[in-house]
Amino acid sequence: MTTFMSRRDLILFFGFAAVVLLLPILAQPFGAAYPDLLQRFMIFGIFAIGFNILFGLTGYLSFGHAAFFGVGSYAAMWSFKLLSTNALPAIIFAVVIAGVFALAIGFVSLRRSGIYFSILTLAFAQMSYNLAYSVLTPITNGETGLRMAIADPRVLDRLFFEAPVAQPVPSLFGFSLSGWNGFFFSAIFLLATFFLAMRITNSPFGMMLKGIKSNQNRMNYTGFNTRPYTLTAFVISGMLAGLAGALLVVTDPLAGAERMRWTASGEVVLMTILGGVGTLVGPVLGAWIIKYFENIFSSFNDNILSAFFSFLPEGAREIAVTVSSKFVGDGWHLTLGLVFVLIVVFLPGGIMEGVRRIAARFSKADRDGTARERRLAPKAAE
Amino acid sequence: MFEVIFLQLLNGLDKGSAYALIALGLTLVFGTLGVVNFAHGALFMLGAFCAVAFRRLLTLETVTLDPTRLSPWGQPLEVRAPVVQAWFGDFGAVLVNYSVPISLLLAIPVMLIIGVAMERGLIKHFYKRPHAEQILVTFGLAIVLAEIVKATFGPNPIPQPMPTDLRGAADIGAFFGMQANVITYPLWRLIYFVFSLLIIGAVFAFLQFTTFGMVVRAGMADRETVGLLGIDIDRRFTIMFGIAAVVAGMAGVMYTPLLPPNYTLGMDFLVISFVVVVVGGMGSLPGAVAAGFLLGILQSFASMTQVKAIVPGIDQIIIYLVAVVILLLRPRGLLGRRGMMEA
Repeated sequence: MTTFMSRRDLILFFGFAAVVLLLPILAQPFGAAYPDLLQRFMIFGIFAIGFNILFGLTGYLSFGHAAFFGVGSYAAMWSFKLLSTNALPAIIFAVVIAGVFALAIGFVSLRRSGIYFSILTLAFAQMSYNLAYSVLTPITNGETGLRMAIADPRVLDRLFFEAPVAQPVPSLFGFSLSGWNGFFFSAIFLLATFFLAMRITNSPFGMMLKGIKSNQNRMNYTGFNTRPYTLTAFVISGMLAGLAGALLVVTDPLAGAERMRWTASGEVVLMTILGGVGTLVGPVLGAWIIKYFENIFSSFNDNILSAFFSFLPEGAREIAVTVSSKFVGDGWHLTLGLVFVLIVVFLPGGIMEGVRRIAARFSKADRDGTARERRLAPKAAE
Repeated sequence: MFEVIFLQLLNGLDKGSAYALIALGLTLVFGTLGVVNFAHGALFMLGAFCAVAFRRLLTLETVTLDPTRLSPWGQPLEVRAPVVQAWFGDFGAVLVNYSVPISLLLAIPVMLIIGVAMERGLIKHFYKRPHAEQILVTFGLAIVLAEIVKATFGPNPIPQPMPTDLRGAADIGAFFGMQANVITYPLWRLIYFVFSLLIIGAVFAFLQFTTFGMVVRAGMADRETVGLLGIDIDRRFTIMFGIAAVVAGMAGVMYTPLLPPNYTLGMDFLVISFVVVVVGGMGSLPGAVAAGFLLGILQSFASMTQVKAIVPGIDQIIIYLVAVVILLLRPRGLLGRRGMMEA
């Protein structure tokens, strides 16, 4: 308890860090090793970890997390426009604004729990989305989306540098953030987020959140006021969503309202469930899988498919291509939905539970149940 | 001024009818099975696409090349003959003209089958699971249904013409003894409103005056006791799920002339319908209906230019705003039972 981190956590963290930093090599066999996609892996990993801090630990299912993501995007973009092209102030600004936003929404929404909480967060997210498209157009630039322009004020930059002549792009103290630089920049934030999530899970605060998840009434009866704890979790989770939104703007300088749509909120729920709710690695894994399929699967077309099924005889190949083409390309959402339904029905704990079940089957020591029990239970104080 | 208010009231009715019908089905499912069904909007959308499919069937054409006549480009002219008209003559033309209301006949059995299959195949396994998992699995199902429709009918909205005789506007003002042509209202919207009242009335009558309905109501109040009395309540609840699906489907069919359906239709209506259910009170049928009309009318008032001049953007958020206020001040909704999902 008194040590900074247990040995197991250290191994987990450094293992995770190694995987993340070696992704450019590890992802090569999957054809995913290009910076643009891997950056998204990092960004949505952060988003999912943040969401999991709320849903996984406290059990509050928010259906409006995309609002914070979108707010983060807009805030970062305004920092690029008004202050500087440097990414750090933009990220700080975005996280703070998203935090304030989350504080306001969380303060109201957390007065209810269960499905009412889901609907309240959904209502707030829909309000933000609708407003971003209509009256807030001066701030959000409506459907066109917000982007940087040469004529922007950028007060800090103009204090120190000549006004640029070219289209400005986000940078970090003069370093370009495009390509692999951007990936490693986002990777550092993912690692930091992972570390934070790990510390929270193992802290007394995290224990409190898990207590709220398993029985909020009992927590109240034992004399704890649970509201401040859930609100803190909500704000942290909103800030991380804002961070992810800001990072997305850093790598792709265009902020649009469709990021706040409730389908985007649904997507992060999907990622978390797919990977495994309440686990540390699960949400990241889920985010990676979904983003991978979105990019790779949706680029499949009939030619690739018929090449893939070339071992089949002529007629069967055509049938196979016609059937499978419904599931790739534009139809990859169909695959996603199906996988999602199957996961919820058969494996509510997500991929991490599957891994655990397989591991349990192979290891004899777990047969008696006690060791497995220990592994399944949320880690208590060491 | 009175005319303006009256007109907005009317304008809110058709949207309100759709909200009320969807919310009614949602509440039926929640009240009987205790399941939070995020796929209910998809059922509304499926109903709308029953109308689309039915019209496609009716307007199937045989295309023959007529070599004796040439098109301006020198190709043989294509002669298109609608099969229905070839078979039935003028009656076929009437069929095509009235395809939307007639497709109700197709939608009812189809939706009943879909509903029962959905309940038996998937939702049955989720009675005992937490609400969060019910939301998740039905949300996934909604994605799947929407994507299947998208793969079949394409991503673009498909306009459905209303019958030519019903295209005009009704002079409601004159009917209520006001000046002629002051308040006119599209006839189809009026039909939709009356139609929804009929459906709602039928559902309530069914629950109130039939033995089946009585058993279902008893089951809603205390499922275990009804089960102990030797009544197979599960089978009846399955049928109620089917009925809820039919109600949503019929609402979707009749809505197609007002809004060309595309695959996102279900999700667009679902979010609002959930808000309606919550405002009305989880599990309360009259609440769902009342809140549906109320929110439809509120939305129509909020989109008046005079109102928008005072509070810009209010038309975009009014429904959600009402939901937030209701949930915070009166969490069981307008007509909800005390203790129902109150937390």
